[in-house]
Amino acid sequence: MSKAIIKIEDLKREFTMGTETVHALKGISFDIKEGEFVTIMGSSGSGKSTMLNILGCLDQPTSGTYEIDGVRVKDLSRNELATIRNEKIGFIFQSYNLLARTSAIENVELPLLYNSKVSTEERRRRAIEALEKVGLGDRLHHTPSQLSGGQQQRVAIARSLVNNPVMILADEATGNLDTRTSYEIMALFQELNKQGITITFVTHEPDIATFSSRTIVLKDGEVMQDYNNHKVQSAADELAKLPKQDD
Amino acid sequence: MRLLNLFKIATKAIILNKTRTLLTMLGIIIGVASVIAMLAIGEGSKESIRTTISAMGSNMITIKAGADVRGGVRQEASVMESLTLSDFEAIKESATLLSYSSPVVDGRGQVINGSNNWPSSIYGVNPEYLNIKVVDLQSGSMFTDADVYSASKVAVIGQTVVDNVFPDGQDPVGQMIRFNNIPFKVIGVLEEKGENTFGQDQDDVVIAPYTTVQKRILAIDHLNQIMASAVSEEEAPDAVLEVSNILREQHKLTASDEDNFTVRSMEELISTFSSTSEMLTILLVAVASISLLIGGIGIMNIMYVSVKERTKEIGLRMAVGGKGSDILMQFLIEAILISITGGVLGVILGLGATVFIEKFLNWPTSVAVYSIVISFVVCAVTGIFFGWYPARKASALDPITALRYE
Repeated sequence: MSKAIIKIEDLKREFTMGTETVHALKGISFDIKEGEFVTIMGSSGSGKSTMLNILGCLDQPTSGTYEIDGVRVKDLSRNELATIRNEKIGFIFQSYNLLARTSAIENVELPLLYNSKVSTEERRRRAIEALEKVGLGDRLHHTPSQLSGGQQQRVAIARSLVNNPVMILADEATGNLDTRTSYEIMALFQELNKQGITITFVTHEPDIATFSSRTIVLKDGEVMQDYNNHKVQSAADELAKLPKQDD
Repeated sequence: MRLLNLFKIATKAIILNKTRTLLTMLGIIIGVASVIAMLAIGEGSKESIRTTISAMGSNMITIKAGADVRGGVRQEASVMESLTLSDFEAIKESATLLSYSSPVVDGRGQVINGSNNWPSSIYGVNPEYLNIKVVDLQSGSMFTDADVYSASKVAVIGQTVVDNVFPDGQDPVGQMIRFNNIPFKVIGVLEEKGENTFGQDQDDVVIAPYTTVQKRILAIDHLNQIMASAVSEEEAPDAVLEVSNILREQHKLTASDEDNFTVRSMEELISTFSSTSEMLTILLVAVASISLLIGGIGIMNIMYVSVKERTKEIGLRMAVGGKGSDILMQFLIEAILISITGGVLGVILGLGATVFIEKFLNWPTSVAVYSIVISFVVCAVTGIFFGWYPARKASALDPITALRYE
């Protein structure tokens, strides 16, 4: 039995807006096991973004416990949170968030710059490895403006892989891409998942969820559904079914 | 390792924004360059004033008889005879801070050459007198210690005397003149010095051995004055004290007695002049410092804008594990790099400007090493000081807000 990487128990997050208290998360519990591909779904206002921030150690819960890879996140300092983000989590964003006018390889190296245990040579080697893994081995020195949207997101995926995280956390990672490209990206995610990487994908698009092995649906700050997907679609197959592009 | 990485990140950011960085640096460059150039001008004028003053004999020390009391009546210095040759010898013997010294006896009289005559002053001195007064001969030679010893009737005369008693332009050297009917052989002519600060014609003099003047003209055996020069301008006040002590001992004065002589240096004159040029330097530096300050504010402004502009980047850096302190250091290093590079360029420009001023405007300049050191340190401090606030602001950003910032 594979071990749980994420353990969440009765997690609550409240915001104080003036005199009003907003309950963004109202007691959420679930585990994510190693090697799972989980999508967290929900419409806006469901607490999806708050969940993502807490999962990504960018925010702290008001109460309840959150454990990532055996580390209790609650009550950690800003610096300790930064170290966890650096060593255990790979972020992927909707708008890629690559550094402009900076080559792909330097973008991928970025997380390792903040890890003083990694030497310059190792940093470079791991960045090249990660870029090769996402199929950009021939685009090491291209800057974001010389890359297509899909390629930019691949660079971002390489960046999330480079620190060997326990989990990749993607926030609407296909939101800015057309259907074909987003299927390509999903195919890449499935491929990485097959290699044993745990992926948590936050989205509001139902068809993305069909590619994952498990879906958690949030509504009004509570878990509405949490089910395993027995009929996982292959993004590569879907891609093949799309009408051929005439170029 | 971590610092090296941050250094790389900061350098990268600077290189990516070349134009903006250069414009930011411009403030610092101009600031530092003007501080260096202004200080060079200030130091230069101070130095040139100092040279002018020392040409007048800034080390000069004058010793006169004074404060003698006879029967309860204070006596005028000129009639006192308390300063003697043995005083001079004692000073010459024991004073360590004096480079030259000469006895002085003086009197007025008529200089006569054939049918021409002219009223002038005669100074009886020794050969060191010329060194004390910082004056050279334009022709002929000075009398020697042997002339002093033998009380020779030889004289060196000033240009005014030459003009009046040798009106037809003949060379006075080797000619005979008479002073109060005593014949003197002219052996040299003093270089023209013009009027001094007090309007006295310094060329209207006859200089002869003091022994000759004492015996043949004044018929006295005391001295009117002793003139000396301190080894340096700075030592002048100490030299005054030293001479006073020697004379007190020489005159056998007890602790309760007043000095019966006066010793003066040119100190007051020097301090007046140097305080004027000091003021000038301070003024120039104050103006230049303001431009350096404005350069610093320029850095702060740009860093502040840069933090705003790169909010999203900061959010990303934090998301992938950059700590607040990493972000702070990155921006601080950026600010310091800008100000130090600006400082180096400023020093180069400042030195260039100084050379230009010296060559083309003919102003005296003198680059003080301390001015380079100071402006460099000020630069680095400016970078840290003005870079700190924006850097601090960047490091305190909330990663979630920063990531969502558009």
